[in-house]
Amino acid sequence: METAEIYEKLKKTFTEGIGELKTNLPVNPFFFVDADKVNAICCFLRDEESLQFDNLSCLSGVDYDKDNLAVVYHLYSYTLNHQLVIKTTVPKTNPVVRTVSDVWVAAEWHEREAFDLIGVNFEGHPDLRRILLPEDWEGHPLRKDYKVPDFYNGMKVPY
Amino acid sequence: MGLLNKLDARIEQFESGNIIITSADKLMNWSRLSSMWQVFFGLACCAIEMMAASASHYDLDRFGIIPRPSPRHCDIILISGTVTLKMASRIKRLWDQMPEPKYCLSMGSCANSGGPYWEHGYHVLKGVDRVIPVDVYIPGCPPRPEALIEGLLKLQEKIRNQSLAKITA
Ligand code: SF4
Repeated sequence: METAEIYEKLKKTFTEGIGELKTNLPVNPFFFVDADKVNAICCFLRDEESLQFDNLSCLSGVDYDKDNLAVVYHLYSYTLNHQLVIKTTVPKTNPVVRTVSDVWVAAEWHEREAFDLIGVNFEGHPDLRRILLPEDWEGHPLRKDYKVPDFYNGMKVPY
Repeated sequence: MGLLNKLDARIEQFESGNIIITSADKLMNWSRLSSMWQVFFGLACCAIEMMAASASHYDLDRFGIIPRPSPRHCDIILISGTVTLKMASRIKRLWDQMPEPKYCLSMGSCANSGGPYWEHGYHVLKGVDRVIPVDVYIPGCPPRPEALIEGLLKLQEKIRNQSLAKITA
């Protein structure tokens, strides 16, 4: 199924919380969904007979603009061989998104990475800890306003 | 007398007997430099070149360099790649576990100075010499196995010129 058809289907099922479809881009077509709807939409995408998105290819955190963080979901269906990209934004002041780790288990580590590097909080995640950086690291380094510390555990960081 | 052929020419060997005489320094240095066991670990892309150097084509074993699974068996530590801040404390710990005399080779730009991450690598230690002392720096990104071997030969040279008197002085 093409993204446009999937989009129409979603629009019919979820009357609100779905932004407009962006096409004719150098990247895959995508649309925004509301952060509090992500989990319900993902459940639908996985379970609906004609969609069957059985695979979360990638979940990434993005420092989107001055006030917002974003989470991007790349979905794929092995059964029906089609793909979909959805995004959601959350304000930097309160970056909370409902987890999708109960929809696709693969999301668990991806969400930990987005939390570690960008600082998105995934509500309902079973084990939201840093995954790459050391436990005692401060801040989320892929944020654009991140300042490299002068020292980490007594080791000088800048060149 | 295969081993003796590798010994320094200055070592005297009696013509007819199984006796050689040499100095304690020379014997110690010779045995140290001919069996530099290496801590069995690799860090990043440079580690691939290190593995290639250990494999049959370059055959580090011919210099007596073999990887050992415990730092307590080892004489040298090869820092083969990017030292992240997370790894740095582990490296320090491995180094502290190695018995003296011990030597450190820093392989590649990352271990020498942070390499490609020198400016924006918020998580990279800008040179392993910030946590442990380095004996030989090998430039390159990554250095070829030949360069690594050159570095190891330089280290052998360093050990060959050591003296017990100087170490304990
Ligand atoms: S020096 Fe180059 S090849 Fe070696 S670890 Fe760093 S980036 Fe990789």
